[in-house]
Amino acid sequence: MSTTLQNVGRARRWPIVGDPIYEGSRIPLRVPTILDVPPALHETDDIMQVNFGPNHPSTHGVLRLIVDLDGEDVVGLSAVVGYLHTGFEKNMEQKTWWKAITYPERIDYVGYQNNELVFVLAIEKMLDLEVPEKATWMRMLLCELNRIHSHLVYLGTSALELGAISMFWYCFRERETILDLFELVAGQRMHTRYFQAGGLAEDIPGGFFPEARKFVEIMPGALDEYLTILDRNQIWLERTQGVGLLSADDAIALGQSGPVLRASAVDWDLRRDAPYLAYDQVDFRVPVYTGGDVYDRYRVRMDEMAESVKIARQCLDRLERMEGEPWISDDRKVVLPPREELHTSMESLIHHFKIVTEGYRVPAGEVYVAVESPRGESGCYVVSDGGPRPWRVHFRAPSFAALQATATCSGGALIADLIAIVGSLDAVMGDVDR
Amino acid sequence: MSDWTKVPGYLSTKEEHGETTIVVERAHIRDACAYARDELGFNVLIDVVATDYLGWPEKGVSGYIGTASGRDLNMPMTQGLQALPETKPARFSISYHLLALRQGAPRLRLQCWLEDGDPVDTVVPVWPAADWFEREQYDLMGIRFHGHPNLERLLMEDDWEGHPLRKDYPLGGEPVRFSPAE
Repeated sequence: MSTTLQNVGRARRWPIVGDPIYEGSRIPLRVPTILDVPPALHETDDIMQVNFGPNHPSTHGVLRLIVDLDGEDVVGLSAVVGYLHTGFEKNMEQKTWWKAITYPERIDYVGYQNNELVFVLAIEKMLDLEVPEKATWMRMLLCELNRIHSHLVYLGTSALELGAISMFWYCFRERETILDLFELVAGQRMHTRYFQAGGLAEDIPGGFFPEARKFVEIMPGALDEYLTILDRNQIWLERTQGVGLLSADDAIALGQSGPVLRASAVDWDLRRDAPYLAYDQVDFRVPVYTGGDVYDRYRVRMDEMAESVKIARQCLDRLERMEGEPWISDDRKVVLPPREELHTSMESLIHHFKIVTEGYRVPAGEVYVAVESPRGESGCYVVSDGGPRPWRVHFRAPSFAALQATATCSGGALIADLIAIVGSLDAVMGDVDR
Repeated sequence: MSDWTKVPGYLSTKEEHGETTIVVERAHIRDACAYARDELGFNVLIDVVATDYLGWPEKGVSGYIGTASGRDLNMPMTQGLQALPETKPARFSISYHLLALRQGAPRLRLQCWLEDGDPVDTVVPVWPAADWFEREQYDLMGIRFHGHPNLERLLMEDDWEGHPLRKDYPLGGEPVRFSPAE
């Protein structure tokens, strides 16, 4: 159960490491996402069908699972989603590009900053827009803080569901500090809309760096506290170890990404393997575990938080030396002119008016951009017809993919384990249903 | 890089923004996917996404100047004339975004085109991950995936009428209860 990179080359090739978690495939044969009750069991007349959710507190929102129970054993399962479908993709087609930026954040409302990033990166890719270095590093810093925030929500709620209520308060204590940082920067605790096509919406406010420094200093200690509470807690270990197995091959076949993939012995992280922003200039490690169970998914996220703190510290080192540098591109066809120019320059006023009323145009074409969000590969596919509004926007939601693995992970589980399994997949229903 | 012409049903290749799009014949999409997975090493199906190009580009959807329908006063576009986007071969495109888990993280977009009502083969036998991806596109865009084991609505209600992401789906088109007509 260590980060086994030594095992590379032992029969299996990178990025798959370690020994197979189980032989063969456990993906249900008829429908990959539905666990069917075996016909022999069906005839015993002992099967009870239970509706789990959509308003159950341990489903992180509105996930509904139709579970067939034989005593306490889960013998059949199918997930029903869509209770939180709000038509984001349709809505975004009706908005100009820069108004549409507010939507992605609300799709994955826990990993909001990463979702905003992926859409902004897609616009910039189509526009071929240069982004100043300061904006890039600030984006990275906020995305890593957001990752810690997301993992804290996962950790707190997952532990809470298994009875460790104090864990929740500890996690939300640090989460609060992160939200305060976001509020300091953008005026909003969540859904900041701080990333703008071309850079940032505003300069980094004074007083941010000392506060952020304070946070990266306390966070490693807080992580030790979490480990102390959970990692030698017999109940936690027994509830999580060996539960909800998912092998590397099954995970890949089911399109898994992020921590779920890395806990299933696949050494894959877009930040390292397909670097965006300036991830190729920071030093961090990608945690990989080989057990493929709920416990390993927890360990991956714990390690990732430590790595995110490391990245955040490196971002701060850079940003503190960038005082006075531009935080947004000066392409006046896309970026709003500085506020003070509006009083003196007619051209600035016209640009401002044009961008706000009819929006900037984005050249025709299609792009797909992916980032490593806290939940895995968050992608954005955008089609533009050359006008001021997107023709088609589609989000590849990592939670959506993760939930597809529920049936595979839950074969032979107990009903109580199901809560641990669903929690460990860390699906955000807003992200699933969009 | 690779010789894309060996992909079953190969029609054309497009390189744009550093992304490779391969258009294949609709009838061969499953073979093309299996080929991409087994021979080219694109082992992960990242996403399946359909796009509706109805009204592209004749209608003033985005307010062009000089389109067939003329200038749309409600959506003015005055930042100078621009070229109209290239026409599309059919109404719908389906894009399969593939990723190879290897050095450099190469990506590939397989694309096929179809008209309303044309069936397209499911790729669930190639990638189980396609299950919900295809159901979502069926639900929201009305694409029929032939051979899908469980092609039902996913995000909308089971008895929902229409496919909301289509361009001809009315905005605010929910029926109003107790209207005079009823």
